Amino acid sequence: MKHLLILGAGTAGTMVANRMVKKLPQKEWQVTVVDPDTTHLYQPGLLFLPFGNHEESELVRPRAATLDDRVEWKQRTVLEIDSQARSVVLDDGERLAYDLLVIASGSRIRPDLTEGLLGDAWQRSVFDFYTLDGAVKLRDALAKFRGGKLVINLVELPIKCPVAPLEFAFLADEFFVRQGIRDEVELTYVTPLDGAFTKPIASKRLGHLLHEKNVKVETEFAVGSVTDHELVSFDERRVPFDLLVTIPTHTGAAFVERSGLGNELAFIPTDKHSLAAKGLDNVFVVGDATDVPASKAGSVAHFEAETLIENLERAATGRALASTFDGHANCFVETGGGKALLIDFNYDVEPLPGKYPLPGLGPFSLLEESKLNHQGKLAFRWIYWNGLLPGKPIPVPAQMSLAGKEQPDAP
Amino acid sequence: MATKTYGGVAVEVDDEGFLKKAAEWTPEVAKAIAAEVGIPTLTDKHWKVLEFARTDTASQGQSPGPRRIVASAGVSMKELYELFPKGPGKLVARVAGVPKPKACL
Ligand SMILES: Cc1cc2nc3c(=O)[nH]c(=O)nc-3n(C[C@H](O)[C@H](O)[C@H](O)COP(=O)(O)OP(=O)(O)OC[C@H]3O[C@@H](n4cnc5c(N)ncnc54)[C@H](O)[C@@H]3O)c2cc1C
Repeated sequence: MKHLLILGAGTAGTMVANRMVKKLPQKEWQVTVVDPDTTHLYQPGLLFLPFGNHEESELVRPRAATLDDRVEWKQRTVLEIDSQARSVVLDDGERLAYDLLVIASGSRIRPDLTEGLLGDAWQRSVFDFYTLDGAVKLRDALAKFRGGKLVINLVELPIKCPVAPLEFAFLADEFFVRQGIRDEVELTYVTPLDGAFTKPIASKRLGHLLHEKNVKVETEFAVGSVTDHELVSFDERRVPFDLLVTIPTHTGAAFVERSGLGNELAFIPTDKHSLAAKGLDNVFVVGDATDVPASKAGSVAHFEAETLIENLERAATGRALASTFDGHANCFVETGGGKALLIDFNYDVEPLPGKYPLPGLGPFSLLEESKLNHQGKLAFRWIYWNGLLPGKPIPVPAQMSLAGKEQPDAP
Repeated sequence: MATKTYGGVAVEVDDEGFLKKAAEWTPEVAKAIAAEVGIPTLTDKHWKVLEFARTDTASQGQSPGPRRIVASAGVSMKELYELFPKGPGKLVARVAGVPKPKACL
């Protein structure tokens, strides 16, 4: 029996396991996933939960229910990859041999990497919303918040779903309007980049949103330390807060570091078109765990999976790998008031205005607010559980298309 | 598209003064851009950072952030801020002739 071993059963690992178990001949291949968590969390829902729009129970499902019966699930933590021996060591000491290995262990927040962030104020006046626990505690804090300075800070890139902090700012504006205390709240978005929007066409078309929603922006702010009431940058600028919503530094899993496979943030050097791990045979990386210059998003994991599945089949039969992944990402961006934007882009093409997925028809509008886009974002939860994870075909092409997009004037 | 002359070389730049083509960069261009952004002399440490930014961008397809520079170019975070005051990510990119660090939007 040959072994396809998948480390991590989140968005990417689950999708790939469920599809590969149908593709590989069952008599020859065993598909195994390793993940210590007994539940699967729908992470995009974490954006809405702090505003009281979702119950915790709506965002989690038992892991067993998300995996095809033929997939073997080891409920264990991976400790190390031994690529020389083509095996993986688990926390109970078991060694699993592999013929093909997929690393899909995602990214995690690391508040411990910023001085003072885990101090006395942690989960009292300093919160994250990238974990279920953080989002729930932030919901309780927001419900009690009566006014003051609310600061949203993204510590450094890359982070998962890079638009989520900005969406949080827009939804916070709407939330406080609804609570009738918007005038009592000062909203500030603090970013290490040189603007809330950094791509030329997007910033031209969307810059007005920040003004309309009265969100102040503090740019090129690299957080050096955090006290219980202010952010301090490396160049000693200070931003005071009453409530801080932090999006801490992200890194890959601890076993990546332990195995000596990652970069400075434990993301794994990966060929950006084939998804093969650089310098390792029969090892692939997918989703947030890679170092490819694409967004860390579920949609990206989905488009990557198309290339990965093709390449796992090729590797299983000794054929040359395909280099088809183009960095395609596709994200709904909540702007508050029941509206959202949609952006669609890849390694080479920045988000452009137009219609998606059908040129001219949409129904979704690119780089433009609409109610329908918001419906699309909400509908995605159903598609995630019922289409994406089980590995059913989703009717959007994996590679980005320029059809339906308005190109900027040629120079 | 705008053209600017730095150190006697005509280069294509975008609206914010970043080089459009990394290949048009030369050390002379770097010195002239540095002077324009308030760095009068480029020391050995500056050059180390700039060289890392250029090779890393070529291999990674995106410009490195401060943490990545510190991990690989042999300078501390504090030094990086002294070398490229106020937002090293963007300044390093501008002087190194690579695109500015961006998010997806
Ligand atoms: C607030 C928020 C909003 C978001 N919104 C969107 C959105 O609107 N659209 C979108 O496309 N994406 C969104 N995302 C991003 C999306 O959720 C992730 O990009 C996606 O889940 C990545 O999939 P993955 O499989 O790589 O990682 P994950 O889904 O995070 O899965 C990683 C898995 O690896 C397991 N693992 C980790 N370490 C080990 C170990 N040592 N041993 C075994 N298993 C391990 C974990 O338990 C986990 O199950 C959002 C994320 C957040 C946090």
